[in-house]
Amino acid sequence: MSEQAKTHALKGKRILIAKPGLDGHDVGAKVIALALRDAGAEVIYTGLRKTPDYIARIAVDEDVDAVGLSVLSGSHRDLVQQTRESLDAIEAADIPIFLGGTIPAEDWPDLFALGVKKIYTSEMPLADVVASIAETLK
Amino acid sequence: MSGLPARTSPPEVSGLRTPSGVEIPLVATARNHKPDDSLPGEYPFTRGIFPDGFNGRLWTMRQYAGFGSAEDSNQRYKFLLEQGQTGLSVALDLPTQCGYDPIDPIARPEVGKVGVSLSTLSEMEILFDGIDLSKISTSFTINGTAAIIYAMYVACADKKNVAREKLTGTIQNDILKEYVARGTWIFPVRPSMRLIADSILYANDVTPRFNPISIAGAHVRDAGSTAVEEMAYTLANGFAYVDELISRGGDVAKFAKRLSFFFYVHMDFFEEVCKFRAGRRLWAKLLRERYGVIDEKALMFRFGVVCGGSSLTAAQPYNNVMRVAIETMAAVMGGAQSIFTAAYDEAFQIPTEFAAELALRTQQVVAFESGIAKSVDPLGGSHLVETLTDRMEDEMRRVMNEIDAYGGVVKAIEDGWMQAKIAERAHERKKKVDSRETIVVGVNAFERSGEGVPSGEMFKVDPTAARRVVEKFEAVRASRDNAAVERELARLSDAAAKDRENLMPYLVDCAHAYATVGEMVERLKGPWGNFEEPVGL
Repeated sequence: MSEQAKTHALKGKRILIAKPGLDGHDVGAKVIALALRDAGAEVIYTGLRKTPDYIARIAVDEDVDAVGLSVLSGSHRDLVQQTRESLDAIEAADIPIFLGGTIPAEDWPDLFALGVKKIYTSEMPLADVVASIAETLK
Repeated sequence: MSGLPARTSPPEVSGLRTPSGVEIPLVATARNHKPDDSLPGEYPFTRGIFPDGFNGRLWTMRQYAGFGSAEDSNQRYKFLLEQGQTGLSVALDLPTQCGYDPIDPIARPEVGKVGVSLSTLSEMEILFDGIDLSKISTSFTINGTAAIIYAMYVACADKKNVAREKLTGTIQNDILKEYVARGTWIFPVRPSMRLIADSILYANDVTPRFNPISIAGAHVRDAGSTAVEEMAYTLANGFAYVDELISRGGDVAKFAKRLSFFFYVHMDFFEEVCKFRAGRRLWAKLLRERYGVIDEKALMFRFGVVCGGSSLTAAQPYNNVMRVAIETMAAVMGGAQSIFTAAYDEAFQIPTEFAAELALRTQQVVAFESGIAKSVDPLGGSHLVETLTDRMEDEMRRVMNEIDAYGGVVKAIEDGWMQAKIAERAHERKKKVDSRETIVVGVNAFERSGEGVPSGEMFKVDPTAARRVVEKFEAVRASRDNAAVERELARLSDAAAKDRENLMPYLVDCAHAYATVGEMVERLKGPWGNFEEPVGL
């Protein structure tokens, strides 16, 4: 992928980066937010300790194309499920969820079954994450 | 003799830089650094705080552990002590760290996950069952609710008939870096500073051998800052606490003896060694120059470290064992007072018992086989080490001046200035790894395709732990004297509304009455409110 294409890959997309639950590790969320912004997306970051209901409401109010959840506390299963339910409950079933953080590989199938589109870990290159999100949101 | 080439000077400029961007010579000579003739144990403590280094006392081997219920963690602690560990380090779950009881809806998914749930004194009593608090030092990684957990520890000692003055250990109690990097803040910055001053002043009198604060750069570092920034931010935060304590009438020559520090050790060996030498020297110098402290004991910079963190990788996780060994050597060369060696599987889970034991063995091998702990500050006098120590000290001063120019750490945090700086650094660091400017073995070099996290020995928190924690919590609430709890909580909120009242005695009384962490936090939020997080990127 060329440098030129990278910076426009997400042009016109609005993405909410959210930290559900009590986990305070926000570096990954912020780095992804900066990378998505560099790729042309408009990024909204929630800050820490948001409830799934709050995240869903912001996603709808801000009319976003996707929600990115960042969880490093091991509580990803519950938090993904609750966020999906909160989005579905306010008729935002069309907003896809992406997930990043410390997510053991054995949990991935369940998370996909819960409706997560893609899962990213900290060791994945940012360009690959951006390309994957762009491809999914096409 | 002719025939040999004339002796030339080594090149002046090499273009070599440490990860913090500090330039280092290709070949260092005496011309690169200032003379520093101080001996170990002498001001400004470049070579360490003890004249005999580790010969008088080895560093404390302190492995961070805790998960599930108090019973579960008590078992792990007893195991670690049987394996030769010399201090405990308590990992608390996020509800306890953020001030929520386990039945709170936002707490429910996190109960017992990243640490042990500790909601009342009853849990504290179980956690230390069969462990002699007058002999074992205990470190709590706790910040937002540090004063409460410390009050519970004091109450626990009372219950076990251990004299308060015999308690040893540490509470992290460093809220400033929580706003910047770790995120377990609760109250706004200013009342949080008050609570920290309260606990330090109380501890100086009541538990004089206990460290009531461990000013931590570790989390800022792990979040993305450089080694220079890690030390500079930590010293700047340290002086913010010093100023707060002085404004509360504290005697700097007294309380400074009980300030301690905490850092990460990452992979660049010499930079890490020199970070500690430079930081130790700079702290002593500034405390003497700015505050007129003369007593050498009060100028001593005592610190613990973690080896591991974000320098560890989920890819090829066994490589982490070597990383931690190298980092441990750097910590020893830097003169650390306590070392936590992370387990190789920390990058993706709570360590298994096997991984936790291997991590402890790693530092035991360094301590008892390598011989590096014998002669004090063995790298002192190396031209490179002295040069890098000088240059890192200069860089630390520059970063500290930058913070001062902005208006000090409290303002920098309230505005989100420091937070934004760390996020930018983390982004830069990630881009350097992505572009292979920084090599990480197994991640962007020498990687093997199709390699996943090794399976077969995953650690899982007992799925019944959260339910057991909640049931126990309800049982404690049902059996305590609720009128007494309400009385103590009311006294606490009255005291919190008064600016100058030390809250520690009230918190200890609440703990004795089996008030919960969540109840105490709610009563403090009454007069103080919540921290409003600046979320600008």
